[in-house]
Amino acid sequence: MKGSSMTAPARHDTQTDHRADAPTVLDVDGLSVEVRTISGTLRAVNDVSFQARRGETLALLGESGCGKSMTATALVGLLEPVADVVAGSATLSGVDLLSADRKKRRAMAGTELAIVFQDALTALNPLYTVGTQLAEPFRIHKGLSAKDAKAKAVELMARVGIPQPETRLNSYPHQFSGGMRQRLLIAMAVALNPSVLIADEPTTALDVTVQAQIMALLRDLRTEFDMAVVLITHDLALVAEEADRVAVMYAGNVIETGTVAEVFADPKHPYTKGLLDSVPVNARRGDGLQSIGGSPPDLHDIPDGCVYQERCPLARDICATTRPALDHVGADRKAACHFPEEVTPRMRGGKSEDV
Amino acid sequence: MKMSENLLEVRDIRKSFRVPHAGKNKLCALDGISLDLARRETLGLVGESGCGKSTLARTLMMLERPDAGTVRFDGVDPFTLTGAELLKFRSRVQMVFQDPYASLNSRMSAAEIIAEPWRSHKGLIKNRQDRDMRVRGLLDLVGLGAKAADKYPQEFSGGQRQRIGIARALALNPDVIICDEPVSALDLSVQAQVLNLLNDLQEQLGISYIFISHDLSVVRHVADRVAVMYLGKIIENGPTDTVFDRSDHPYTAALMSAAPTLDGTHRQERILLSGEVPSPLNPPSGCRFRTRCWKATEVCATTTPPVTVDPEFGGHTALCHHPLLLEGSGLETVSA
Amino acid sequence: MSTSIDLIPVKPTTAIVGEDDTPSRARKQSGPSFWFRLLSNDRVALTAAGVLGIVVLTAVFGPLLVGDLATRIDLDNSNQPPFTLAHGWANVLGTDPLGRSMLARLIVACQTTLSVAIPAVVISAVIGSAVGMWAGYHRGWRETLAMRVADVIMSFPSLLLAVVVLYVFSPSAANIVMVLALTRIPVYLRTARAESAELASRVFVDAARTFGASATSIIWRHVLPIVLPTMLTVATLDFCYVMLAESSLSFLGIGIQPPDVSWGLMVAQGRTYLHTAWWLSFFPGLAIVITTVSATILAAWARIATDPGQRWRLTVPQKRLSTFTKSGKRL
Repeated sequence: MKGSSMTAPARHDTQTDHRADAPTVLDVDGLSVEVRTISGTLRAVNDVSFQARRGETLALLGESGCGKSMTATALVGLLEPVADVVAGSATLSGVDLLSADRKKRRAMAGTELAIVFQDALTALNPLYTVGTQLAEPFRIHKGLSAKDAKAKAVELMARVGIPQPETRLNSYPHQFSGGMRQRLLIAMAVALNPSVLIADEPTTALDVTVQAQIMALLRDLRTEFDMAVVLITHDLALVAEEADRVAVMYAGNVIETGTVAEVFADPKHPYTKGLLDSVPVNARRGDGLQSIGGSPPDLHDIPDGCVYQERCPLARDICATTRPALDHVGADRKAACHFPEEVTPRMRGGKSEDV
Repeated sequence: MKMSENLLEVRDIRKSFRVPHAGKNKLCALDGISLDLARRETLGLVGESGCGKSTLARTLMMLERPDAGTVRFDGVDPFTLTGAELLKFRSRVQMVFQDPYASLNSRMSAAEIIAEPWRSHKGLIKNRQDRDMRVRGLLDLVGLGAKAADKYPQEFSGGQRQRIGIARALALNPDVIICDEPVSALDLSVQAQVLNLLNDLQEQLGISYIFISHDLSVVRHVADRVAVMYLGKIIENGPTDTVFDRSDHPYTAALMSAAPTLDGTHRQERILLSGEVPSPLNPPSGCRFRTRCWKATEVCATTTPPVTVDPEFGGHTALCHHPLLLEGSGLETVSA
Repeated sequence: MSTSIDLIPVKPTTAIVGEDDTPSRARKQSGPSFWFRLLSNDRVALTAAGVLGIVVLTAVFGPLLVGDLATRIDLDNSNQPPFTLAHGWANVLGTDPLGRSMLARLIVACQTTLSVAIPAVVISAVIGSAVGMWAGYHRGWRETLAMRVADVIMSFPSLLLAVVVLYVFSPSAANIVMVLALTRIPVYLRTARAESAELASRVFVDAARTFGASATSIIWRHVLPIVLPTMLTVATLDFCYVMLAESSLSFLGIGIQPPDVSWGLMVAQGRTYLHTAWWLSFFPGLAIVITTVSATILAAWARIATDPGQRWRLTVPQKRLSTFTKSGKRL
């Protein structure tokens, strides 16, 4: 692994090798998820559409409660019993994941679609050795013998940068540090060379230096396996560095999509603008940060019309009655706003007082 | 000239913990920490897990007693105080905790939570009306309305709970507030609100902050000076911009380069450290960073590194045998 | 913050709590009407509370109303079967070998039984919880000492201990209460210690220490309110155990002594007549069962009602809740 010796670690000059014509491998169209609660049914994900392309990283960016994690769990079929997919399709290699039967789903799990969760400690079974768990995908899908599967597991561990894999094969998850465990999860996810890898906040719980290592690993694996990576996160800087395209979510809806470079340089939705402004990157000490007042709406009580209207400085009558559709605002860019042209660099992204 | 230049002076404190299953090995959390805090100043404390910043915060709050070293608050060593004087000292240093959910007792209303410090400092409050008025005043000060007083923590969002925590910390009119990762558990848009609040409070009330965070961009924004910690030692110290832009210690440089930035240019030049932080139960000999440092030599394994001073900025120091400013980074840019 | 099944209004991440209240929060969160509302939402618990209420009222006022019916000997009417009014309304539940009314004796026995069980539970709960919380908060030698004392008490078979003590000293009601209280202390002590030790490491306790709060005030202010619901639940269950223990002691002849009467004693006295006059043991036994079952049900309700995080289960009509949780069907 690069940088693992005691000589000067190379400064990594990694350009994104993303092809403009990369084929779409996962096509999500109009996905909606409803959750039944004691006080009624709420729409946690509403009409979400995006495409993930080979060799590219798509970021699902949003704050807590925006529905990004639920989108991911809906795609891999791990929704809680109280949540249902009520609309939409998700086509992966010609198969609609959401309407496929259990058998087909299981056949695709790991071979076409894989997911890496945030908390590696709870995602790994504490009672089985790491070797057993890593060998599992090979035994189930490829029907390898225990010995062959173990050999594959060692290979995998070495690939993701775990030192002394032959000995560590017999260790238990709790004996690894946080970063190592996350590498194990990634190893399990890429074991069968899936087409799409969903990473749900993979580095939120890790130190920043470890985060850099893990993201570099993901990047390498993406190139090697020509995967599409869907990165779910709330960290804007991480999106800026790691993702090629972004879909910004708010209150269960996608409100802006496009390439990261374009969206971050020139956002076309007030919420995106507000988020970018609240990152303390260029603000001088002592200056206030431009925060967005108020908090995300209660999902039980989403207003008619635009979901962002209560915190939006551009809100007008039409915003209260008609929900803006995700329309094109440029070549390969979409925003769900009635007045995207008014989102200028000088404008505030959110109301300044708490609503 | 002020009577005491620094509000808080910490000199060479050490703290170890005995860990049940580690036998004779002690967990060395703080190994000779020294720092200063002036009035109206914000000192940032940066470091990754296991560096000891939480232990330092707890020691400064007198929740732990240091094994060695001195702390001087306005000239007085609080660890020598007892009884009423100790109580008075406690009112001058308060803390805002990281987890807005765990730091508030969910069975107490917001007003009870904020008024709790006064129950131990009876002299500050005259009667019930006085108390209610003060609670309302504090709620206003932190941007929550008076109606929030009777609500329970479950009814608030994370950012609002953190405001309650800040109001509670302000209840005793402290001179110093130690903020232990106060915005890490909050959403981005709420982080900005809380940071603005802390800034306003500093301007209005003249409070000093010790701001502990792992998020470098936040620290850069709020801190006047910053100290970088690694495995129980402060390995670099100085004005924020100097430390971040002219890093002298290899670890600081790696930290700065590892943190993703909004303009995405960092990735081109990222320094990737090898391995992970060694266990504090068994820290490396000599320089603690040597197991991951690309500039490590034999002397780093045998001798504790000396304090080197930045040739251009006297207040900027680092603990290194091969500081970057004197010797260069020793890194080449390689195309992947 | 991950979405979870319990997506209830009080979950903070999606709640919008601005300066104006949401109306539902405006209701009072304390006072007897609040608790009554919670209780009436759970019909089974309401019934149990009702039954216990009747029992307590009987214990308090019953003997006054009954007068000497319980002690009036009437050998002409001995061992009359129940469920007929032929021998007067007082004997509707039958009579005992001495012709005394079963109903009246049950009522008087109720007072005796409760006057042994309740003080025993209260004494052991107060002492056990207090020592347990103190030991758990401070840890160290205090914890070790308290736990070893608890171990010693627990290692004695409680009934044997009671037999020995009551044999040596006279089996008066006060002695029975003391013995039962002593043997039950470890239950509260261990539970309180465990909860207290866990709470002592919570962040809000640390916060209280930073204001300079003393250990005692922290225990009183933070630990006690959180430990109390658990203690109440344990106490309610323990009440059942103590009642049964007292019955066993009376059964063995070293509990309540005649002419005093308790349910356990009545069961014991009816033992020899099981084939001929079944009602002599049956009704007091039934009374014990009804009381203990009601107390257990109420304990389960109290567990939920006193926990602010779980309380929402009691604010929804029962039928909706069970349909929802059982089948996951749409509401």
